[in-house]
This record gives sequence, structure tokens and C-alpha cells, in this order.
Amino acid sequence: MTFTIKVNGQTHNVDVDDDTPLLWVLRDVLGMTGTKFGCGLALCGACTVHVDGVATRSCVTPIDSVGTSAITTIEAIGTTSAGARIQKAWLDQEVVQCGYCQSGQIMSAVELLANNSNPSDSDIDDAMSGNICRCGTYIRIREAIKHAAAS
Amino acid sequence: MTIDHQASLASGRDERRSVNTLSRRSFLRSGAAAGGGLILSLSLPFATHAAEAADDVFAPNAFIRIGSDGKIVLIMPYVEMGQGTYTSIPMLIAEELEVDLQQVWLEHAPPNERLYVNPLLGVQRTGNSNAVRGAWQPLRQAGAAARIMLVAAAAKRWNVDAATCRAERGEVVHAPTGRRLGYGGLAGDAARMPVPENVALKRPRDFKLIGTPAKRLDTPTKVNGTAVFGIDVRPPGVKIATLAQSPVFGGRVKRVDDVAAKAVNGVRRIVQLDDAVAVVADHMGAAKKGLEALVIEWDDGPHAELTTEAIAGELEQATLRSGAVAENVGNVEGAIASASTKVEATYQLPFLAHATMEPMNCTAHVRKEGCEIWVGTQALASAQSAAAEACGLPLDKVVVHNHLIGGGFGRRLEVDWVVRAVEIAKHVGGPVKVVWTREEDVQHDMYRPMFLHRLSAGLDPRGMPVAWNHHYAGSSVVARALPVAFNNGLDPDTTEGAIDLVYDLPNLHVEYVRVEPPGIPTAFWRSVGPSRNVFVTESFMDELAATANQDPVAYRLALLHKTPRAKAVLELAAEKAGWGEKLPPGMGRGISIQNAFATYMAQVAEVEVAQDGAVRVQRVVCAVDCGIVVNPDTVAAQIQGGVMFGVTAALYGNITVKNGRVEQTNFDSYQILRMNEAPRVEVHIVQSQELPGGIGEAGTSCIAPAVANAIFAATGKRLRKLPIDTAALKRPL
Repeated sequence: MTFTIKVNGQTHNVDVDDDTPLLWVLRDVLGMTGTKFGCGLALCGACTVHVDGVATRSCVTPIDSVGTSAITTIEAIGTTSAGARIQKAWLDQEVVQCGYCQSGQIMSAVELLANNSNPSDSDIDDAMSGNICRCGTYIRIREAIKHAAAS
Repeated sequence: MTIDHQASLASGRDERRSVNTLSRRSFLRSGAAAGGGLILSLSLPFATHAAEAADDVFAPNAFIRIGSDGKIVLIMPYVEMGQGTYTSIPMLIAEELEVDLQQVWLEHAPPNERLYVNPLLGVQRTGNSNAVRGAWQPLRQAGAAARIMLVAAAAKRWNVDAATCRAERGEVVHAPTGRRLGYGGLAGDAARMPVPENVALKRPRDFKLIGTPAKRLDTPTKVNGTAVFGIDVRPPGVKIATLAQSPVFGGRVKRVDDVAAKAVNGVRRIVQLDDAVAVVADHMGAAKKGLEALVIEWDDGPHAELTTEAIAGELEQATLRSGAVAENVGNVEGAIASASTKVEATYQLPFLAHATMEPMNCTAHVRKEGCEIWVGTQALASAQSAAAEACGLPLDKVVVHNHLIGGGFGRRLEVDWVVRAVEIAKHVGGPVKVVWTREEDVQHDMYRPMFLHRLSAGLDPRGMPVAWNHHYAGSSVVARALPVAFNNGLDPDTTEGAIDLVYDLPNLHVEYVRVEPPGIPTAFWRSVGPSRNVFVTESFMDELAATANQDPVAYRLALLHKTPRAKAVLELAAEKAGWGEKLPPGMGRGISIQNAFATYMAQVAEVEVAQDGAVRVQRVVCAVDCGIVVNPDTVAAQIQGGVMFGVTAALYGNITVKNGRVEQTNFDSYQILRMNEAPRVEVHIVQSQELPGGIGEAGTSCIAPAVANAIFAATGKRLRKLPIDTAALKRPL
């Protein structure tokens, strides 16, 4: 089936089964590899994208559920105010180690910051506990979110 | 040596062809960003690397290449998997080469065991926290030799004494006249200068970069989605495959019904191997759907009845047999027999999966005349030779492109997943990316081995230990992975943390019995031998202090006369943690100390145990003496992350086997610590002029005993088996 989806402001036609997860459309069909595969079951958050501004696990989001929603990925999140502040804070705080989970971490953090200009520790826990970092960069993620909020 | 020469050395093939068609490498480029910060862009992995004219390229060794355009390329002999080598190694070279980190481009080294050997391992592998340790002398020397040649070239050009010239920020300066020449303009001449043999290295007090907190060079690409990991490569025409391997290790495919799988839209081919079946498709969504539609009948083979309990039982028996004596001091038996008090305990550690965030994957293109693979590997040369063997081609017909690694932790020292990709690619007429599902990744890992440890000690009338006897059994990963290092029943990994203890113990005996579990492949896992041994020795030392009714820190301090660096970190950690200060009910503090990876470390964990037995690690204070520090921010980051890795293992890590099958599948059954559970971690670095020690793994091995000892302090319960059994900690209402 052909689906017309809007990713980072651009329209794409893709021919895949209706139950194909958005993750694979992004990575393998459109070649946007910034969004990562971690678990396939919405357990780790590596595949997080925004669908109409809402942080969404693309590995369990079938393409036929996307409709005309605006999808934003890590490749374009820096064009938003919250996205740019989060990316800068990630650099300033030296958050990243292997970096594989960080696309998803950033997408979750941007949604938090876009909706909450002064997140508390417990807000951060709520927004970020769905994202696993095997390198264990949690301390710096927390600090970076606070710095981004203060910036 | 020129770039072309180097490429041909690396791949063993015609240099022009190599550069133009096959040896396309990915580049990391760093430069000053508009905002003044450091930016590093990873160009597309398939962008053709333009060959530089050999005449004006200066490549005095395998690590540095300077073109006439002034581009300074550093070739990275150790891989970047999060531990910061792509910053610390450039710092070593740049310190002596006299360039800024902002001026360099980074390039992944090609497979070449001769040029890029890890001197501490004897092979081209990145592991055991020894990249900085291994690179410390040779890469500073490489930078210094290049600088001397550049200075000599400038001096000749100006017809002045080289002693009147100095190098700074990529230029040679003639001090008396202020004349300057950039390295690029000197490259051609420098290449014709003799390579100096004995170069003097800077004294530590003259370091400009080493010891300063450098921004990581790989970070910018990792926050905007442009970093290319192995799983991200997309050679033209690439197909995506995923696979099911025999659920029982050693099993075989008996029969496959692939009618439904072939009918899935986007599925192109089913590949049947002896012990696995792969679905090749246009995208991973179709491949996974096809895999689910496959009906596979397996012949489970000899391990169909295997259980974790059976393996544990075998290990327990093995600890009663004699093994190889790893260390023997004094007369343990006599000392225990005459001791005032005898303490005995048995400890057990589980199998653990690595669960790197980037699941196992490898892209392979096998042609009749050659094979090309794209990976993120800790063992580049092994990947090349394994691929060559799997496709039946000579080594020089296999080109390997390495990439950033989405977590290694030892898993990517193995090449089983490279072999799988090549086996599958042989059946596919083009490049195929083989991506493991998370379930395959967890259930077909090569695991940290299970171990059983039996200990006994004798205490004198004051409660101090006079004898220490440690007898343990489990798999030797070294015996399989680096057999040359396995001798007389012993290897340096299995014994690290069990022998050469920091404590002054007059009678000591350590004995190891090698037992390989049937059907369960074992491998190195972050913090390797010490991840087990330090848990055991530091828990048991805590038991001795408790038996003697003494404070755990004071008890240890009394035994540290011969190891001042250990004593210093212990005192510092205790002081910074507020050791001895009162904690609320249900909370406890635990200490641990280790000398591992040539680094001394002490940690204090503050742990809360809830009524229902749930354990929460609240705070960790770490003091570390890792010798001369290259990048202090990376040291802190590695300890913070290493602690999380170790807490995950202590609280949750457990791979169990039933009916020959690994029971865990994904992050629901193989839990990883999350943001809401992460402790605060404070790192205190001791100023030291000792040689650099390893840091990537030290934080992981040190934390488990600190947590178990804190649980004991909070509850009075001694847990001798990992992961922590919260049911045993449950308190009645």
C-alpha cells in the first residue's frame, strides 16, 4: 500500500504494508538513520520520534496510524527552540558516551522541555525513564535538561 | 609512507583500486564551529576518499598523515564505543605533535595486526581498559617524531638551526625572526627527513592538553543524528535481513516451512543455514514479519535439557576439586587451623548478557572475487579473518569498514555475528545488512560466565585475618579468545581481583578450577574478571570485619600498610562520603576497594532497603587514583556510567537457562537501570604522577560489593549471590 507521510516538513510516498512500524519506514525506506532500533517493543526509547509534537516510540507505531500527522525526527529537532537548547546542553554537559540511545533521549527530553519550562527531578524521572542508556549517562542527562531549562 | 601505501598495506590490494572503489572510509572531521565550540562531522561512509598525491603527503608513521592542504589526519588504532578513545588518543598525539584538537580529522584504522596491535594484548583489539595504557608511550612518540621532522624541514627551508625553531598549533615558528610555516606547506619536505629514533617526550609539567578536560570529538554528530554506527550503513542496493538461530545452543535446523514468510510483502529470500534461518527483505519491518511467519522445526541437539541449576551444581562440585594455584603465601591450612575464629562463605555469580543498545549487526557483500563488510567492532583484524574464513577467500580479499560502536562492553570483541552476516550474504547477490532482533541479541549472546567461589579465613584474637583461602570455578574466556595467555590452568583475567590483593595477608591461597559450561558460550563482559572477583573478595572482607565486630573502613585501613595508593583512595572515599555519619532507618553505607586495570579505586554506596525488600542505590562516592589523567571529564563520565552498569548487574542482571534455552528475551525480562533508579555519583580524582591506569571498567567492578555491603549495613543480611534477592530482604510489617 502507498502511504503519504510528512517527515520533518517534507512529504514522502512509501509503499509498505499497513502494519509496518514507522521506525523501519524512516530507517530503511527513507534512509533517515538517526532514529535508532533498540528493542522493537517500546521498552527502551531508542526509536523515539515526535508525532505532532508528542514523543512516540516509532518501533510500535504502524505506518497506517500516522495519517497526516507531522513527524519530527532527530535530524530536524534542532530547528525547534527546545530542540536546539537540548542539543546545546547535551554538548555543554558532555552527556554522550557511545551515543546510540541519545537520539531517543533527546527526543524525549525535547518533548518534556517544550511542555514544561522548569522540570523538577520527578518530572525528569517521569519523562525520561522510558529511555534506557546502557552507558549510564543518566546523571548528565538530568543535568543537561536542567541547564537547557535555565538557558 | 603515503596514504596509498598505507591503504594497500591495510587491505593488501592494488592501491589505486583500493582508494577508488573499495577502501572508502568514513571520516570524522573536527573544526571550529560557528559558535566557537568544537564541531565534528562524520561524512557519509560512502563518500569517496580522494586520494592525496603521494609527493606532498607526510605520513611518518601509521597514526599521522598531513597533506599539503594542511589537513591533519590522525588514524585511530583503538575503537570508539563510548569510552572516549577518539578524544584521549588524539590528545596523546596532539600533545607532542603540537596541534589543537580542533585542527585534526580522525579516521578509523583499517585492520592490520602489525601496525595497529594493542601492545598490552598482542592483537588489534580494544578492550580491558587499556587503550590509553597501551598508547601512552608509542602515540606520544609518534607525535613527537612527526613534530621533529616538521621542525627539521622548516629549519632546512630557512637554513637555520632547528634548535632555534619550535612547533605550535600546527605551525613551525623560527623564534628569532618570527617566521612561520604551516605543517601543510612542510609536509612534502618533512616526508624526506630521517625518522628520529629516540625522541624525548615532554615532562608532565609541560603538558598543555593532557590533564585538561577536553570536549569529546565524537559528540556533535551523536546529538543530531548524523553519527554513523554499523547499523546505519546503507550501501547501494542493500537488503535487510534478520534471523532466528537455534534456541538451544548447538541445535540444528530440522525443517522449515517458509510458504507464509515468502508471501510477506517485501520479503525477497529465505536463507537456511545449518543452525539458523534468515529472512532477507527490502526493510527490517518485512524481515521481522517474515521471520514471525516462518515455521521452523529444530533439532535441539545435546543440550536440550540444560539448566542454570545444573551448571551451578557442577561448579559447586568443582570448587571442591583441586585446580591451578594462582597465588600462595605462607601456610594457609596451618594458619586457619590455629586461628581463633574461622569464617566460611560461598558466593555465586550469574551469567550476564551485554545488551548493547545497538543490537548485533553486520553488513556484508560477498562476491566471487572479494568480500566487503561494514561493522562496528572492537576486534577489527579478527573480524577480517573471520569473514575471510567464512567466505573462503584470502585475507587480502576482505575489506572491512569500521564504524562507531553503539556499545561494546566485550560483546563486539567477538565475531560470531560477522560470520553470520557473511554466511547469509553468500546466498544473496548483493550487500545485505543482517540485524539481530533484541530477542536474538539477548538469547544468543556470549555471556559473562557463571562462577562459584568458596572462601575461608582465619582471624586472630583481635579479629584480624591471618589466613585467606579462596577456591573458585568457572569458565576461562581467555583460554578460548586469547589462548596464548592461558598457561598452566591460569590466565590473567580470571585471576585479576582474586590475587595481588591490596591487603597485607600473611597466609593466602588462591586456586582456580576451569570449568566450561556445556553449550553456553562465554565472553568478556565490562570489568571482566574483577567484575566477579572484587564482588567476592570485598564482600568477604566485609564479613571478616563484621565477624570481628569492627568498622569496615577501619578494619580495611589496618591491612593497607603495603599499598599506600589503596589507603589514600579508601580514606578519601570514606571522608567524602561522610562515613560514620548517621543514616535514616532502612539505609546503609557500604565500602569497597580494588586495584584493577592498574587503577586504584574505592567506592562508598548508600543504599535504601524498603519494607518489601526493594533496593535503591541512592548515592555513590568514588575516589580514584588512575595515575596521570589524560581527560579528567572522561574519567568522571566512565566512572558514572560504570557505576550504572554495575548497579544494573547487582540489582537485576541474570541470564538463566531452562531446557537449554535462555529464558530472558528483551528489556522487560533483562532489566537495565533507568533514570528514576539512577544513583547520584560523586567522583574524586587523586592527583597522581604514576603511569596511566585503565578507567572504562573500574567503576563497574567496584560497585557491586559496595552495594551488597551497604545492604548488610542496612539490614544485617549478607547476600552472597547476585543479583540481589529482594525477597530475602523483605521485612515483616
